[in-house]
Amino acid sequence: MKTHFFRVACLAMFSTALLSENAFAQMFSTSGGNTKFSASTPLENIEAENKKSQVILNTANSEIAIRMNMRDFVFPNKLMQEHFNENYIESEKYPTATFSGKVDKAPDYAKDGDYDVSATGKFTVHGVTRERTIKGKMKVEGGKITISSDFEVALVDHKIEVPKVVFVKIAQIIKVKAQYVLSPKK
Amino acid sequence: MKVLRLLVMLMGSSTVLYAQDDLLNELSKQDSAQTVPVTATFKSTRVVNGQSVETMKKKHLDFRISHRFGKLNSGAYQFFGLDQATMRLGFEYGLTDDLMIGVGRSTSQKVYDFFGKYKLLKQSTGARIMPVSVTLFGGTGVATVDKEREFQDKLYYTAQVLVARKFGERLSLQLSPTYLYRTMPDVTGDEKVVLAVGIGGRFKLSKRVSLNGEYFYTAREKNTVTAPYHDSMSFGVDIETGGHVFQLHFTNSLGMIEKQFIGETAGSWGKGDIHYGFNISRTFSFDKKNKRQPN
Repeated sequence: MKTHFFRVACLAMFSTALLSENAFAQMFSTSGGNTKFSASTPLENIEAENKKSQVILNTANSEIAIRMNMRDFVFPNKLMQEHFNENYIESEKYPTATFSGKVDKAPDYAKDGDYDVSATGKFTVHGVTRERTIKGKMKVEGGKITISSDFEVALVDHKIEVPKVVFVKIAQIIKVKAQYVLSPKK
Repeated sequence: MKVLRLLVMLMGSSTVLYAQDDLLNELSKQDSAQTVPVTATFKSTRVVNGQSVETMKKKHLDFRISHRFGKLNSGAYQFFGLDQATMRLGFEYGLTDDLMIGVGRSTSQKVYDFFGKYKLLKQSTGARIMPVSVTLFGGTGVATVDKEREFQDKLYYTAQVLVARKFGERLSLQLSPTYLYRTMPDVTGDEKVVLAVGIGGRFKLSKRVSLNGEYFYTAREKNTVTAPYHDSMSFGVDIETGGHVFQLHFTNSLGMIEKQFIGETAGSWGKGDIHYGFNISRTFSFDKKNKRQPN
């Protein structure tokens, strides 16, 4: 009886190890991704940068998830930062922005090279989720995957209100630049 | 048996880890241990007259223009007080995110005032919980109006411990124990030291408008010959419009510095000695290093 259990245990352990070995090699991630946005108008320069964006990519099925804390966006003007968190994004209620979806045509992750890619999935900002396809570039080099993307977010799509009595105008369309360098997850 | 259970658990957990829909959860697990600071307890560095726990951020300059008009009960001839204006101009600057300095000049008693404010504790939730924000305030100034007096006798000093808490999104309350020392009080026989406790707060009506109130209880005899003064009480509205904060208020104090509104408030709400007034605050960022980020 005892030896039987032992054998099952050994088998289970082996298969777990095998499974995890595979799975780990498929996962690429970063927690220091760079996301910038600009809501500048001719009058005012409104820019912010988030250097703590988290990204995870499963190369086995091309599923990708991106998550960032809105409070990690740093503005040169701290008053703007306060307004961003308090009045526009409402970080207390909606602390994160996320994207979870799939890379549409998966490139060969094993081969170095530059690929034009797009990802489709759920994009959530300010508590409002939209189905979106976002274009970008993917670079596979030296065991790392670099994803970069320029895209736009319309304030109205995410119910972000700009009150009428604002002296500092902000753009209605926000330009976002993202650059994420993913390395294999240990 | 135990071994088997352990293994099942192990396998189970690894399956969860790789379950592909849960990539987002996997990410959110990573930063569960964050400390979330509570920001914007008040819109401005002032509640109404008194200091709030807020300080200017590093390399940010606040240019502040404050006006207090005459008494509302002065009648139509004085245009209900609007014919007279008392003002203070001030510059306030953040040396670090937690330490700021300020200078100001008031028309009332021709006072030059100087102060420093330091954020000692910051209210936060999450990994590290801090129930209140605590800011220390120290101020001094010289009332230059009386040329006969020795320089020493024109000085005053203020020390305050500002303790505030933001209760949810709308309500913030603050307690401000105050020590005020005048080397030579304006009225002969008045005590040099005034001890006071301020209670102030704001209630947000909308994202950009809040209702503010403030009361300073002074521990001394009131409305006597040696101290013909009342406690300061003020109500106002803060309107935020991007780079500006407008604070409009009604108060029984004419002065806009601690010595004056805590120590020398002559008006009484009961008699209608109410001054209409406003503060306009405009913030400039001198953070050049970050100003233009390469795109």
